[in-house]
Amino acid sequence: MKPIYVDNNATTRVAPEVLEEILPYFSELYGNPSSMHSFGGNVARKIKESRAKVAKLIGAMPEEILFTGCGTESDSTAIRAALISNPDRKHIITSRVEHPAIKNLFENLAKNGYRVTFVPVDSKGLLDLDYLYRHLDDDTAVVSIMWANNESGVIFPVEEIAQAVRAKNIVFHTDAVQAVGKVPVDMKKVQADMLSLSGHKIHAPKGIGALYIRKGTKFSPFLIGGHQESGRRGGTENVASIIGLGKASEMALADLDQMSTRIKMLRDKLENTLVKTVPNTMINGDKEQRLPNTTSIGFEFVEGEAILLMMDEFGICASSGSACTSGSLEPSHVLRAMGVPFTAAHGSIRFSLSTYNTEDEIDFIIEKVPPIIKRLRELSPFWKNNTCK
Amino acid sequence: MWEYTDKVKDHFLNPRNVGVIENPDGVGEVGSLACGDALTLYFKLDEKGKINDAKFQTFGCASAIASSSALTEMIKGLTLDEVSKITNEDIASYLGELPKEKMHCSVMGRDALEKAISHYRGEKEKKVEGEIVCECFGVTDVDIRRAVTENNLSTIEDVTDYVKAGGGCEKCHEKIQDIIDSVQSKEKPVKKKVIKLTNIQKIKLIEETLEREIKPALKKDGGNIELIDVDGNRIIVKMRGTCATCSKSQITLKHYVESKLRELVAPELIVEEVQQ
Repeated sequence: MKPIYVDNNATTRVAPEVLEEILPYFSELYGNPSSMHSFGGNVARKIKESRAKVAKLIGAMPEEILFTGCGTESDSTAIRAALISNPDRKHIITSRVEHPAIKNLFENLAKNGYRVTFVPVDSKGLLDLDYLYRHLDDDTAVVSIMWANNESGVIFPVEEIAQAVRAKNIVFHTDAVQAVGKVPVDMKKVQADMLSLSGHKIHAPKGIGALYIRKGTKFSPFLIGGHQESGRRGGTENVASIIGLGKASEMALADLDQMSTRIKMLRDKLENTLVKTVPNTMINGDKEQRLPNTTSIGFEFVEGEAILLMMDEFGICASSGSACTSGSLEPSHVLRAMGVPFTAAHGSIRFSLSTYNTEDEIDFIIEKVPPIIKRLRELSPFWKNNTCK
Repeated sequence: MWEYTDKVKDHFLNPRNVGVIENPDGVGEVGSLACGDALTLYFKLDEKGKINDAKFQTFGCASAIASSSALTEMIKGLTLDEVSKITNEDIASYLGELPKEKMHCSVMGRDALEKAISHYRGEKEKKVEGEIVCECFGVTDVDIRRAVTENNLSTIEDVTDYVKAGGGCEKCHEKIQDIIDSVQSKEKPVKKKVIKLTNIQKIKLIEETLEREIKPALKKDGGNIELIDVDGNRIIVKMRGTCATCSKSQITLKHYVESKLRELVAPELIVEEVQQ
C-alpha cells in the first residue's frame, strides 16, 4: 500500500534531487572540508555554496548561517548564547505554544534560577502581544517566539515582535522550523537576532539544521571544539546533509509560490469538505494567519488515536493532538493553551501537506475520513442520535 | 506508534458487542470526555443468573475500544460471581498484551464491570472513597493504593500507566510516592510475620481471616463456612448455606478461600472440605 503522506509538519520525504546531490559525498567524495588538499577543498567549496543557498532562502548573508545537527540544537544554541551574553539578566520570555525544543528548555531554565514568562494565546491561537510587551523589562535576557505553530499552523507577527523586543535591547530568537519553506522568510525585514530552521521539514535529510545569527549578535558556541563553522560549532561537518540542506533550500525557494497557491488550494479543499461532510467538526486556529499547508481539525466525541489507526488501514498518515498518541494523558499543550474544548481536543487531527501531495490523494482522504468518524461515533457513548448526548 | 498485538487490532477494527441493551440488568459507566476515554457497559442475565448478553459503548483510543470489546466477550456465559473475579490483568492477557502505558484501558474495563455488578445488586452508587490525590484525573488514594497492591506497582510512572494519576500537572507525584512507599513497607512486615508463626498463632490467624475476610464475602451470596480442624498445613472446613449445595463450591474453596488464606496466613496452606 502506497502511503498517502499528509504529515509533513512531522517530517518530509527527501527530495529525489536532494538525494542525488548528496550521494557522492557518502562514497567517492569523502574528503574532509578542513584538509589542505584539493580533495578536501572541493568539499569545502560545496559547503560554502550550500551556506549561500540556505542564506538566500531566508534573506540572510552566508556568514550569518551556522549549520547544526537539528532544529533543537539550533534552539538550544541560540538561547544559551543569549543567556551567556547577558549574564546579569535572569528573566526570559516565550509563548505557551512552543515546540518542546523551546518549551522544555525554558521549563528547565525555570528550575535553574530563571524567571520565565509564558505568553498566552487566544482561542484562535493568536498571541497576546500586549501581555508580551508588558512583561519586557530590564532583567529580560531573551525572548523566543516561534514563527509558526507546528500543530495549528498559526503564524505569529514576528516582524512586529522582533522590532518591539530589540527596541528594548533584548535579544530576540524565533523558532522558524515550520515557517521556512512554507511562507516567505526575509531576515532583512524581520529584525530577529537569531532564527532556527530544520532540514527534514523542507525535504532535506534528518539530522541537519541551521541557526541564523545576525551579524553583530554576541555569540558563544554550544559545542566547543575545532575551528569548524568559524569556531562557532566544533565538530567535523555533516557534509552530505549540509549539501542536502543547500539543495533543499534552493528548491524550497523555487516552490514557495506553489505553497501559497496549489498546496493552499488542496489544504482548503480538504478542510472545507471535511467540515461540511462531517457534523460537529471544528478548525483549530485562526484561518487567515496560518501556514498554507496545515489544518488541524477537531472531530468532536471521538478520540484521535483511534482515528489515526483507522486512517492507517488506508495508508493515510497524519498526526493527532490527542493524549493517547503521545503516551501522555492530556491533549497537546498547544490545544489546551488555545482552550480547545475537551470534546474536540482529544479528536483533533493535523493534516500537513507538501509539494508531493496530489489532488487525487486529497480526494481519497475526503472519501475515507467521514465514514471513519461516523463509525467511531457509533461506538461512542457520548454520541446519541447524531448529536451530543 | 504503539505496538499492538493482532488481537488488540482485531478487537479495535472489528469490535464485538457494540451498542446498548434496552432494560439491562446491569449498567456501569466510567470515564469522561475530559479524561479522554469513557466506557458504558451493559449486561443482561438469563434465568440461571448467567450473563447471556453484554454490550458496550466506548469513547477512546484503540486499546480502550479493544479492552471493552474483549471484556464483553469474556463475561458472556459467566455468573456474576465468576465475572467479579476478572481483573484488569485478565483483560490485558485476553488481548495478548497491552503496551504498559495503556494498562489504564484494562483498568477502565474492570471498573465498568464492577459498577455494572453493583448496579445489578442494587448497591447504591458508592460515594467516592478516600480523598482525591490526582486532581487532573480525579483519582483517589484508595484507587491508587488498590492499583499498587493488585499490580505490584513500584514507580509513579507505573501508577500513571494503570490509573492515570500523576499524568497531568504532576503536582501529586509526592503523594503518589508516599502511597507506593506505604504499600511496600506494609507488605514486608506481613511476610516476616508469616515465617515466625507458631501453631497457635497460625490457628488464630486462620480464624481471624475467616471471620474478617472470607465469611463476609461468602455471606453476600448467602453462603458460609465453618472451620472444623487444622492439621499441620491442612485446614478442614465445612461449607454452609448456599455454598453447601453450590456446584461451584470446590472452585470457591480452592480459588478463593485457599488463596486468601495462603495470602494472609501462610503460603503452604491446603484447604479441604470435611468428608461427609
